[in-house]
Amino acid sequence: MRHNPIAGSTRRRFLTDAAAAAGTGVVAADLGLGLGFPLTVRPAAATPDTMHAAIRNVIGEAPVHKGKVKLDIPPLVESGNTVSLSVSVESPMTANAHVKAIHVFNEKNPLPNVVGIRLGPRAGRATLATRIRLADSQTVTAIAELSDGSFWSDSVSVIVTLPACVETL
Amino acid sequence: MARAIINVPPKARRGEIIEIKALIQHEMETGFRVDNMGRVFPRDIITDFICKYNDEEIFRAELFPAIAANPFFSFFTTAIESGTVAFEWSGDNGFSATASRNIAVE
Repeated sequence: MRHNPIAGSTRRRFLTDAAAAAGTGVVAADLGLGLGFPLTVRPAAATPDTMHAAIRNVIGEAPVHKGKVKLDIPPLVESGNTVSLSVSVESPMTANAHVKAIHVFNEKNPLPNVVGIRLGPRAGRATLATRIRLADSQTVTAIAELSDGSFWSDSVSVIVTLPACVETL
Repeated sequence: MARAIINVPPKARRGEIIEIKALIQHEMETGFRVDNMGRVFPRDIITDFICKYNDEEIFRAELFPAIAANPFFSFFTTAIESGTVAFEWSGDNGFSATASRNIAVE
């Protein structure tokens, strides 16, 4: 490629101007020091590590087994703003053996928690359905806490075409 | 007051497992969205949802911003006796809403 100092300087000036002029939106928020705009830190997305930390925060150090839980979520969703999700747990739902709680976590939303529910033997059936937001293609994990103190989980990988939380008004 | 759409079967056999569905109108502003000036829309979400059957708690949910607008929950309970199924939502900025439905158990 031919070296062109003029083109190079133009490009550099363009980038400088662009950075200075980027007074709107997220870019400015991130670069916003000294530009006179309120410094709004774009939330760092949760990572598998923060999801793991959130899980430990909720359930403690107990081991989590695979199985018993069925997480039902479409593998490919068009809009991350509304994703229907259902969790059902195999359990007789008796006083001695029932599901106490179900927690749902995600990897890449700004926050790793999605929802946490508590139920008891009266539920009859340990099934939950709700609608959630997904900020990116990611893995969603559901963990059930049983009355005997054990934890069971299921994870589903979801591809999101139009993520939530990115639009501005 | 926010509009709620609730589905509780009006009649059930004793011991039958019934599905309860509840949806409430609410924006669920995440607190992560910014406007074109880089200002964050402050968080405004429902944080708690409780369902009681004749004053006994049968379902409780803790909601996070990852719950879609107009939070919807579907869950199950055993129809034990005739009475009232009461719903209670509470959240940011003092948000509070209640609703109830009667159920007849034979």
